[in-house]
Amino acid sequence: MSKDNDLYVAPLKKAKGLGSAHTGTHHWMMQKITALAQIPLVIWLIWSIISLQGVSYVEFSAWLGQPINAILMIILVCSVMLHAKLGTQVVVEDYITNEPLKMAKLICHKILFFAMGVAIIFSILKISFGG
Amino acid sequence: MQPVQRPLSPHLQIYKLPLTALMSITHRITGVSLAIGTLLIAAFFIASASGEAHYNFVMSLATSAIGQIILFLWSAALYFHMCNGIRHMFFDTGKLLDKKKAMRSNYYVIAGAIILTAVTWILAR
Ligand code: HEM
Repeated sequence: MSKDNDLYVAPLKKAKGLGSAHTGTHHWMMQKITALAQIPLVIWLIWSIISLQGVSYVEFSAWLGQPINAILMIILVCSVMLHAKLGTQVVVEDYITNEPLKMAKLICHKILFFAMGVAIIFSILKISFGG
Repeated sequence: MQPVQRPLSPHLQIYKLPLTALMSITHRITGVSLAIGTLLIAAFFIASASGEAHYNFVMSLATSAIGQIILFLWSAALYFHMCNGIRHMFFDTGKLLDKKKAMRSNYYVIAGAIILTAVTWILAR
């Protein structure tokens, strides 16, 4: 397959990483980088959430007050929000054919995941620094 | 102009989806569900940052029967999406793409998701 593709990709395009779509390499790379980074963090997140079920506010604040937990959580939130924005963008592009609606959705996703990221990070810092 | 009435090829409603195709659409469904689920995670953190009363309220929701079911499904969906996502990245490097290996790796992904979910709920809780 790569032999065939080589015929259609000029050397400059290859160097820039651009195929016939002219764009998308960065999107693809970021989707994979976030996916890779998330593997250990997601296991840690699920484990933490399930073991923290039902703990008191004091215990929860103490847990999030430990720098390692707050830092890992903030890194994970940055990664997940980018990954989810990129991921849902592809789904919208695949299924929504009405152009204005598609643009509106894409813009909403950008704002929504960014805003959620900011809100969660602020909340983490506030709890972590002592409510 | 009248459209020509050509026969249509069998479509999604006619074919029985092979397991590999089911895994693919499940990856998309879990991905979108998890993305919607981030709203719940955000709600939990914002409530917790708003003080002890709000924290107690959302924690009581999370430990209620419905909360536990959602939490279980969330963990299973995320483990499935993670395992299948790892396989996706093998696909991207050109690995596991022949019929036999693709089929066999279906079962690794399903087994991985079930084992991780079970182990977490048994040991972490
Ligand atoms: C360890 C964790 C995760 C891994 C390894 C992972 C991996 C991946 C990969 C490789 C893709 C690209 C699939 C493709 O190229 O078609 C993808 C897509 C996607 N992911 Fe994840 N992911 C993870 C966690 C998450 C989380 C936490 C969310 C949501 C909050 C999420 C939402 C999505 C969505 C919406 C898509 C797009 C689905 C599609 O295009 O069909 N993922 N994921």
